[in-house]
Amino acid sequence: MILNPEKECMPREELRKLQSQLLVKQVKRVYENVECYRNRMDAAGIKPEDIHGIEDLSKLPFSYKRDLRDYYPYGLFAVPMKDIVRVHASSGTTGKRIVVGYTRNDLDMWAECVARMMTAVGLGAEDIVQVSYGYGLFTGGLGAHQGAEKLGATVIPMSSGNTALQIQTMVDFGATAICCTPSYALYLGEEAERLGVTNQLKLKAGIFGAEPWTEEMRAQIEAKLGIKAYDIYGLSEILGPGVACECECQAGMHVWEDHFIPEIIDPDTGEVLPEGSTGELVFTTITKEGFPVIRYRTRDICSLNYEPCACGRTHVRMRKPTGRSDDMLIIRGVNVFPSQIEEVLLNVSHNDITPNYQIIVDRVNNTDTFDVNVEMSEQLFADDVKSIEAIEKTITEKLRSTLGIGAKVHLVNPKSIQRSEGKAKRVIDKRKL
Amino acid sequence: MIIKQISVFVENKKGRLAAITDILAENDVDISALSLADTSDFGILRLIVDKPDVAQEALTKAGVTVKITDVIAVVMDDVPGGVAQALKVVSDNDISIEYMYACVGKTTGKALMVIRTEDTNRAEKILCENGFGKVNPAYIYRI
Repeated sequence: MILNPEKECMPREELRKLQSQLLVKQVKRVYENVECYRNRMDAAGIKPEDIHGIEDLSKLPFSYKRDLRDYYPYGLFAVPMKDIVRVHASSGTTGKRIVVGYTRNDLDMWAECVARMMTAVGLGAEDIVQVSYGYGLFTGGLGAHQGAEKLGATVIPMSSGNTALQIQTMVDFGATAICCTPSYALYLGEEAERLGVTNQLKLKAGIFGAEPWTEEMRAQIEAKLGIKAYDIYGLSEILGPGVACECECQAGMHVWEDHFIPEIIDPDTGEVLPEGSTGELVFTTITKEGFPVIRYRTRDICSLNYEPCACGRTHVRMRKPTGRSDDMLIIRGVNVFPSQIEEVLLNVSHNDITPNYQIIVDRVNNTDTFDVNVEMSEQLFADDVKSIEAIEKTITEKLRSTLGIGAKVHLVNPKSIQRSEGKAKRVIDKRKL
Repeated sequence: MIIKQISVFVENKKGRLAAITDILAENDVDISALSLADTSDFGILRLIVDKPDVAQEALTKAGVTVKITDVIAVVMDDVPGGVAQALKVVSDNDISIEYMYACVGKTTGKALMVIRTEDTNRAEKILCENGFGKVNPAYIYRI
């Protein structure tokens, strides 16, 4: 089934024309209303009049995650606050969060993007969708929720956590679809098996995103829960979940190109790469009102496939991102930057020396483990156990409040963290993804 | 008598204690007393040695985190009730002990303890006044 065939199956030439029209309008609007973009375009000597269509897109300067920090919280919004009806936030590269805003139209557009996907994976009004993404500032919960409502499905707004209750609810309420992170889906599958209720589940599809996962994990989830597992892609800066997603063909995620123009660039030179190349994914939002972005650097590495899809949709398909062009980690679905950890440690030590540290991420029983080793120093060391335990606790608590997820902190011997060419290796990611 | 104690951070890992005592041996440092406070993640090794400065320098050079702390050496008769008498003085004067451990002494008939209290100077003065504090440094540092 296709929710909006007129848009989703639009011939590519027409789609390009539509993108051009929307782009020209959006650039003008952004230039007039958002100081950051106006300054950047002025600096590059580009005026809105220079943009005649999508062929001029590459003339426009990039935008970055750090812009959201520099203009925190509302500086990048293109409408007055009276038109913003909701905000969401996620982690920035430092302790400061990034904030995005939505107008009423933005929320409707977002809901349609998610509803398109749910339709594309065979869901409809008769389905019961359990949303097990976290509700709150994170876009996952509410994003999936409003999409399922738009579809006319019955929504179970579970939010995350409490696995036993999740399974009980799935069984009792007869959920036919679930939205959560893939690692949590696998965990739910194992727990259902352990409780012996797998055969009582009525699930037929799962929509999984917010963290990297592999085809092996997909096969495992499908086997354990007896469902089809679909991949969804999104980020708060662009929209939230639903920027791109798989159809029943499970052969790449359709990017809703009537709202977002994707480009693949060389992360080092910024040059647009030829069709089919692997590089950094860049997005321009051409319909967003509240928080539009022009050529936003996602830092996700992937490729785009413009071949027609067997489902009949004409929209380009992006391959699952294979990595990052920065040092961001995704741990239990939460974005973590090593610089955030550095900042916390700098605040804890009483001088300007950041203690040496190392982040170790692994996946044990399908759940990410997150350990932070901190080298003991003379500044941190005290003669009594109480003081050292207090330091450990302070670091743990500050990390939790800064990152939004818990880390296990271990104080280790000085100089015990391995160094390569004099520089300490900050991150060890043992997850095989 | 106030003496210098060496405190060492020890990660809970096999071989760490041996590595530290090795360094002390190589530098000809003699250990008179030792205690280990441990948690699930790390330990603090506390040492009384004959050459605290040499020990600190050698350990720091080897990349070990070291701190020198003032503690009190208490001497008492090596008879039943010896420790009790000393601790009664401490307790009667409203001094709380953070930690304590026994020390190997060279004299016979006397026992040595190391204690760490909140106000080291006051505690030491009171112990001395009650006859528990006057220790021949040779007993401890083994000069």
